[in-house]
Amino acid sequence: MPTATDTIEALTERDYEYGFVTDVEQDTAPPGLSEEIIAFISAKKNEPQWLLDWRLQAYRGWLKMAEPTWANVRYEPVDYQSICYYAAPKSDDDRPKSLDEIDPEILATYEKLGIPLKEQEMLAGVAVDAVFDSVSVATTFREKLAELGVIFCSFSEAVQDHPELVRKYLGTVVPRRDNFFAALNSAVFSDGSFVYIPKGVRCPMELSTYFRINAMNTGQFERTLIIADEGSYVSYLEGCTAPMRDENQLHAAVVELVAHEDAQIKYSTVQNWYPGDKEGVGGIYNFVTKRGLCEGRRSKISWTQVETGSAVTWKYPSCILRGDDSVGEFYSVAVSNNRQQADTGTKMIHVGKRTSSTIISKGISAGEGQNTYRGSVRILRSAEDARNFSQCDSMLIGDRCGAHTFPYIDVANPTAQMEHEASTSKIGEDQIFYCNQRGIDTEDAVSMIVNGFCKEVFRELPMEFAVEAQKLLEVSLEGSVG
Amino acid sequence: MLRVSDLHAKVEEQEILKGVDLEVKAGEVHAVMGPNGSGKSTLAQVLAGKEDYEITAGSLELDGEDLQEMAPEERAHAGLFLAFQYPVEIPGVGNSYFLKAAVNANRKARGESELDAMDFLKLLRERATLVDVDEALLRRPVNDGFSGGEKKRNEILQMAVLEPRLAVLDETDSGLDIDALKTVAAGVNALRAENRAFVVITHYQRLLNYIVPDHVHVLLDGRIVRSGGSELAHELEEKGYGGFDGARAEA
Ligand SMILES: Nc1ncnc2c1ncn2[C@@H]1O[C@H](COP(=O)(O)OP(=O)(O)O)[C@@H](O)[C@H]1O
Ligand SMILES: [Mg+2]
Repeated sequence: MPTATDTIEALTERDYEYGFVTDVEQDTAPPGLSEEIIAFISAKKNEPQWLLDWRLQAYRGWLKMAEPTWANVRYEPVDYQSICYYAAPKSDDDRPKSLDEIDPEILATYEKLGIPLKEQEMLAGVAVDAVFDSVSVATTFREKLAELGVIFCSFSEAVQDHPELVRKYLGTVVPRRDNFFAALNSAVFSDGSFVYIPKGVRCPMELSTYFRINAMNTGQFERTLIIADEGSYVSYLEGCTAPMRDENQLHAAVVELVAHEDAQIKYSTVQNWYPGDKEGVGGIYNFVTKRGLCEGRRSKISWTQVETGSAVTWKYPSCILRGDDSVGEFYSVAVSNNRQQADTGTKMIHVGKRTSSTIISKGISAGEGQNTYRGSVRILRSAEDARNFSQCDSMLIGDRCGAHTFPYIDVANPTAQMEHEASTSKIGEDQIFYCNQRGIDTEDAVSMIVNGFCKEVFRELPMEFAVEAQKLLEVSLEGSVG
Repeated sequence: MLRVSDLHAKVEEQEILKGVDLEVKAGEVHAVMGPNGSGKSTLAQVLAGKEDYEITAGSLELDGEDLQEMAPEERAHAGLFLAFQYPVEIPGVGNSYFLKAAVNANRKARGESELDAMDFLKLLRERATLVDVDEALLRRPVNDGFSGGEKKRNEILQMAVLEPRLAVLDETDSGLDIDALKTVAAGVNALRAENRAFVVITHYQRLLNYIVPDHVHVLLDGRIVRSGGSELAHELEEKGYGGFDGARAEA
């Protein structure tokens, strides 16, 4: 039953169907956020009315919300009225024609990470016809998926081609007014990925944003929705190890996962946003809401993340374990070096019977970096015989950095079995000296010790991703001991 | 090969080594004996280049090169190996992975080609057999969760794989039962060679029944108070370190 307020809101919204003044022919919206701008974005994307309404509802909620201050991070206040909320994707004419036009410093990092030339071009945003090979790879890849009925496309395409699926699931895991940043994203999201795996299909390859070249520039408000229907399986890779620079300082993404009965979603992220210079100037603020719903019985969602970038990270991939016997996992490595600040962790909400969750978090702080683990495990009354295992380890490199742990536990059913382990270690001078004595230099020793520390997380990553993640860690910690 | 002259070293403003002289030639085995706290480990760590210790006087040379000018890993590349009294644990890093990294770091520094996985594995297996180390130990993380005895054997294995020119063994015997002691000794004896030297630091004479040294030195309160042949170890066994107090007074 719609309430009176709903109806009134719906009526007032309708005005905006024609009410906007911003010229739709324009490629960029003027800075600032208003209902007009939102209508402009929606019109630009040729969205159905219900989606515009949805965005506006989110926006109205957002107006009444305050930016959260509880996270253990400090940053310059963001002026939301100075941000430009829509820019058309760059045409090939505006893109660099070859790697010669790319900042040599970025190229040097690509080299260190051992990224092949073609991929370097793609990452650096070189015009598409210059990377033709990769495009054809992407095409064959898509055809193969289509045969299985797997939908893997940009969010905007999904809105056009599969509106019923988008409408059914959008906002069901992260409600549009869930939190300040999620509400903002819901109002203005630019683009992102959409995945649907049909019943009983085991997706035969890792789905990666990487293969969707045209959606590489998804902007600062990315929206991802992944649905695994009964008995299906998908492994999804987000991000890449190459340093991502962006003119937009604020990034507020939302990721929603839905796993039906016996379905499994494995979501891996290796993120390397620009952290800013040594003083932290110019780095990305990354405020992300990621949540998975284990809707069906025996469903399973695993989050694995390796976070080395960003000036400020605020991110808590979570699982709602609704189906009986469902499983949630969170494996995380977060690095903060120089002036980086990371406040990250997870939430496991046990609703169904015999639900179980595992949390393995490895925080590494170097330089003046501050790393905070914030995790919450909630066992609801209904969750008979639930189990949780949490392990939070912190490693400090040097003595100007910090590690903080805030585990919150809330158990409303006495049959729950909870296990929590935590440790903080300083990367031992003894360990480094021991390696040195065997002939291994300090830089290699540090990366070896750190990789060992992160092993339980790395082994959850798909093979190639794990190798890249290790290299990435090396590069991010370069010169941190010395 | 090794020449230590009038070595003085301090840690946290406290002088520990008060003028140590030691000369070790290729092919020789030297034993350094002394009671707890006499400075044996300090000597070993100073040789290996541990930063905590400050050398206030004297000199250290390996094959005529000034060790003080070399970083710890450079000393390793030059062929210096230290079996730690307390081997360090490195969780999550596989023992054989660690050793391979070490072998290749040394080979690279010496301008030799790096060993590939196959060649390394062959070398590792062969050496593990030589020093009687169980293969299961190779797959576990470096010293993590090892028993005292396993740690000591692991040090000997590393020595056997790295083939140093000068190996310093810091109380590798302490905490070992007699069988483990025999294996460790057998490992050392198998590696004795004309171009290789050993400095065996020990608290007890026991080990020296199995590794017969060419020279024995008694370290007391930061000084070598007496040097002699292997018979000196037996004298110590009978008299204890107390018998050397007089010598210390004179020195
Ligand atoms: N890192 C250190 N900090 C403070 N004191 C030390 C340190 N290392 C050694 N010492 C002191 O130096 C003396 C000699 O120690 P050590 O060389 O370990 O003797 P040994 O190995 O012969 O038992 C002891 O009094 C010990 O407490
Ligand atoms: Mg000692």
